[in-house]
Amino acid sequence: MNVPAAWYLVVATLLFGIGAFGLLTRRSALIMFMCLELMLNAVNLTFVTFSRTMSDIAGQASVFFVMVVAAAEVTVGLGIVVAVFRRRSSTSVDDLTELKG
Amino acid sequence: MIATAIYAPDFVVFCASTILIIVGAVGVISFKNPVHAALSLIMTLFGVAVAFVAQSADFLAAVQIIVYAGAIVVLFLFVIMFLGVGYGSKVDVEPLVGQRGFAIAGVVITIGGLIALMASSHWVTGPTSVTGKLAHGQANVKQLGTAVFTTYLYAFEATSLLLVIAVVGAVLLARRERATTRETTDEASNEELDV
Repeated sequence: MNVPAAWYLVVATLLFGIGAFGLLTRRSALIMFMCLELMLNAVNLTFVTFSRTMSDIAGQASVFFVMVVAAAEVTVGLGIVVAVFRRRSSTSVDDLTELKG
Repeated sequence: MIATAIYAPDFVVFCASTILIIVGAVGVISFKNPVHAALSLIMTLFGVAVAFVAQSADFLAAVQIIVYAGAIVVLFLFVIMFLGVGYGSKVDVEPLVGQRGFAIAGVVITIGGLIALMASSHWVTGPTSVTGKLAHGQANVKQLGTAVFTTYLYAFEATSLLLVIAVVGAVLLARRERATTRETTDEASNEELDV
C-alpha cells in the first residue's frame, strides 16, 4: 500500500504556509520571489497527489503549465528587480514609497 | 484512509522528502544571506522532486530538477551576484508594528482551515478517471506528452507565446539605457576609421 494522499496534502499545506509567512514578513524582493516559488511548489505537489489518487493525467499536465508560467514570472520579476536596483541601489520593498500619501 | 498498512520503503521515501521540503523552506525564510536562501530553495525543490517520483510523476520530477533547480535558481543566484546584494535584508526589523504576529495568525488560520476542510471532506473525493488510467515509468512520459500535445494543445501554444513575451520583456527591463552613448561611440569609431 502506498503512502496515503492525505499525508502529502498536509506537507503541501505546510509548505504553502511557510511560503506565505515568508512573503508577508521578508522585505527583500529576491527572498519574496523565492517564497512565491515555495507556494507554487506546494500547489504543484497537491496537483500531483490528486493526479495519482484520481488516476488522471490532467493534474500532471496542469503542473507542466504551472512550471512554464513560473519560469516566465521569475524572468520578468528578476528583470524588474534589476531595473529597480539600478535606480536606487536597494532591493528592499520598503524603499519603494513613491505612492505613499 | 490513514489506518492502512503502508509499505515500509514508501514510508521512508515520504519521510525523506518531507524533511527536505520543510527544512529547505524554513531555511529560505530564515537565512539572512540571499545566497544561502537560494541554496535552501534548491533543497526544497529537490524534496518536491522526490515526492513527484514517489507518486510516479517521473517526467515532472526530471523537469523539476532541470528547470527549477537548474535554471530558475541559477537565475536567482546570477541576479544576487550581479547586484552584489549581501546582508542588506534585515530579518529582525519589523517596519510595521505587529506585522509578524498578524502574519503568523493569518498563516496558522489558513493552514488549520485547509487541513480541517480536507479532513472533514475525506481528503480526496470525486470519481477516478475512467478513460485513461495513470501509467508508470516510461509510459508516464508518453501519456503526459499525448495529453499536452492533443487535449491541451492550445494551452501549450499559448505558453510558447508567453515565454517569448517574457524573454523580450526581461531583456527590455534589464537593459541599460545607452541610446545616447551608443551614438557617440559609433561616431568615435567612424572617426577612427576615417583616420
